[in-house]
Amino acid sequence: MKGLLGLINLYEDESGMGVLTRQRPLAAMPYAGRYRLIDFALSNLVNAGVRTVGVLVRDKYRSLIDHLRSGKEWDLARKRDGLYILPPATTIGGPCNSDVDNFLFNLDYISAATEDFVIICGSRTICNLPIDQVFQYHLSVEADVTIISRDWPDDGAGPCLSLDEEGRVMGVCDFTESLPYDIQPLGFYIMSKSLMAQLVRECAADGSCDFFTDGVLKNIDKLKVYAFRHVGYVARIDSVASYLQHQLELLNPAIWQELFFRYGIIFTKVKDEAPAKYRERACVTNSLVANGCIIEGTVENSILFRSVIVEKGAVVRNSIVIQNTRVGPNARLTNVLCDKDSQVTAGRCLSGSAAQPFIVEKGSVI
Amino acid sequence: MQQKKTIAMILAGGQGTRLGALTKNLAKPAVPFGGKYRIIDFPLSNCSNSGIDTVGILTQYQPFFLHNYIGIGSPWDLDRKDGGVFVLPPYTHDTGGEWYKGTADAIYQNMAFVDLFDPVWIVVLSGDHIYKMDYNLMMEYHEAKDADATLAVIEVPWEDTRRFGIMNTDADDRIIEFDEKPAKARSNLASMGVYIFRWQYLRYYLEEDAKNPESAHDFGRNIIPKMLATGQSVYAYRFKEYWRDVGTVESLWEANMDLLADRPQLDLYDPDWRIYSVNPVRPPHYAAEQSGISESMISEGCQIFGQVKRCVVFPNVVVGEGAQVTDSVLMPGVTVSPHAVIWRAIIGPDTVVPENAKIGGEGPITLVVDKSRTARKGALI
Repeated sequence: MKGLLGLINLYEDESGMGVLTRQRPLAAMPYAGRYRLIDFALSNLVNAGVRTVGVLVRDKYRSLIDHLRSGKEWDLARKRDGLYILPPATTIGGPCNSDVDNFLFNLDYISAATEDFVIICGSRTICNLPIDQVFQYHLSVEADVTIISRDWPDDGAGPCLSLDEEGRVMGVCDFTESLPYDIQPLGFYIMSKSLMAQLVRECAADGSCDFFTDGVLKNIDKLKVYAFRHVGYVARIDSVASYLQHQLELLNPAIWQELFFRYGIIFTKVKDEAPAKYRERACVTNSLVANGCIIEGTVENSILFRSVIVEKGAVVRNSIVIQNTRVGPNARLTNVLCDKDSQVTAGRCLSGSAAQPFIVEKGSVI
Repeated sequence: MQQKKTIAMILAGGQGTRLGALTKNLAKPAVPFGGKYRIIDFPLSNCSNSGIDTVGILTQYQPFFLHNYIGIGSPWDLDRKDGGVFVLPPYTHDTGGEWYKGTADAIYQNMAFVDLFDPVWIVVLSGDHIYKMDYNLMMEYHEAKDADATLAVIEVPWEDTRRFGIMNTDADDRIIEFDEKPAKARSNLASMGVYIFRWQYLRYYLEEDAKNPESAHDFGRNIIPKMLATGQSVYAYRFKEYWRDVGTVESLWEANMDLLADRPQLDLYDPDWRIYSVNPVRPPHYAAEQSGISESMISEGCQIFGQVKRCVVFPNVVVGEGAQVTDSVLMPGVTVSPHAVIWRAIIGPDTVVPENAKIGGEGPITLVVDKSRTARKGALI
């Protein structure tokens, strides 16, 4: 899509993620067996025909840049346009290390891009979105800002927007169920580049820090803000428990199908592993298994990332085992989250609960 | 062009007649193997892992899929500024043009291409063999022997010698005689179709061979015997690992089944020698509650609801509830409908096996290729 510039804003609240985001941004969290969270926003953009994507990075971004590299896997390694990393504005020392600072610092780049409109995305929301339809909607209602949203979920948190009958956002509220529609914004919104530049400068001038809250939501009465209601599967990752729980939802084939195929496939970095190998005693039920795994034990209701080894007699239940982890012979894992490159030695028995999974930290040996 | 010490030429024009319907619209090097690969991924990955960054691929039979698959070579890290992959189909020139009449003729017709890189050594490979080989080790051997040509050889069972080009060697492994498919072999060292030549020598022999109307223009039958007859030093390099030429449906099935051993001879999980391929980027496969999978390889994008035992399953395959698939190969995009039973079969790409179908049995391996689909879409299998 020619007229739309994608910006992926990684200034996200990571406080619920604990040790998992100690060395990586939320966007680089491994997800669903072979992906990282940023793959969903990136793929949604690319599948809608967006040709230029800037990624606003904040900190701890080595693993993210290693993942993105040239952008080739998303077809974004282009001679003109393609993928850009927008580094933080540490040198100019803005009022707070915020997305407003970063936008301001990179406004030259954003202004110089040939696109007239911009879609700002987050990485914590996992869904398969028709961004091209959203853009058409934005143009057809002649909105200043269009916010992609969903109906208020049972476990909703964060700002709630109330809509009028036509889908225009009337205000920000606490969820009350009294208005015609209460919706939850998903962290994706479209506006013109010129409006964005103006709002960024206004935010910077009065020392505001959060672009969505201070730039968009505070101006709802002045701007024509519309909501595009996305109907379909959405997962929001804001805590270790939600990270575990939402991944396990993918064990439902309907959700698996929708998330990975609905409006286009989700791209990620290719690692050239061989197909997963099931040895004679393997017993795997209701699980997702990525390429490169070698399984000789029992796996139930779990997700195995690439190149995980489950040795003889090991039992993995309701767990997420991330890349290159080895589960030793006769080890037992229940409600465990094994981060990358970890190892559970023979016979160890680890268990957590769904709300509080036992975490095996990256690279550790237990 | 920058001068290169070594370049590789991969012969990929083969039809693979005995693979039947699998190669109706597909050259043999493009035949799917091992749950995600195409056969040509093996020589290409070997080149890439051996540091050979300039590779010509000679195509002729049904080349479209292969050309599309190879693209600019990026999956094998062969998209290079200097060198990279070059797909070389037959072409015409001011004096006309001809099909490749044999393996040697294919190189002969592309001498100008090889000359562009002015290499010292040329490695000639076959695009339809399955093996992992570090060509550097063979090159070291070749240079240590100060040979004009070196052929990789593998010991084959004596009863199979009549199917191969057999090398008779002296105590130093210098080749003294080449027996093409001998009735009574005196050695069991079979040529693997992997050759290293000093380019300037090979060039001379190719030119001489081209002048000979009687010649079949074949490396094994013409060029090597000629080199031996004129006293060139030709050495055999003994390769001890897994190597297969999967010429038949039976041998293709067997080579797939070889991968299912607990410790297969061909290790596809070695991070230091990855086999690269064009990756479909599909989500991890789903093994359902009621599924049962053992002694199998399952690739990404699959959904398994039934029983799968001793199978190689390519990407995007669905095995329905109550289906039983045993000792079989399911190529990309196959759908096995509920309660179908498959035993000892190769199911070709995108085939839909209907509900309650029974496929396969004792005796020869059953090959099912959905011809209706091929005809309907004019598509490639």
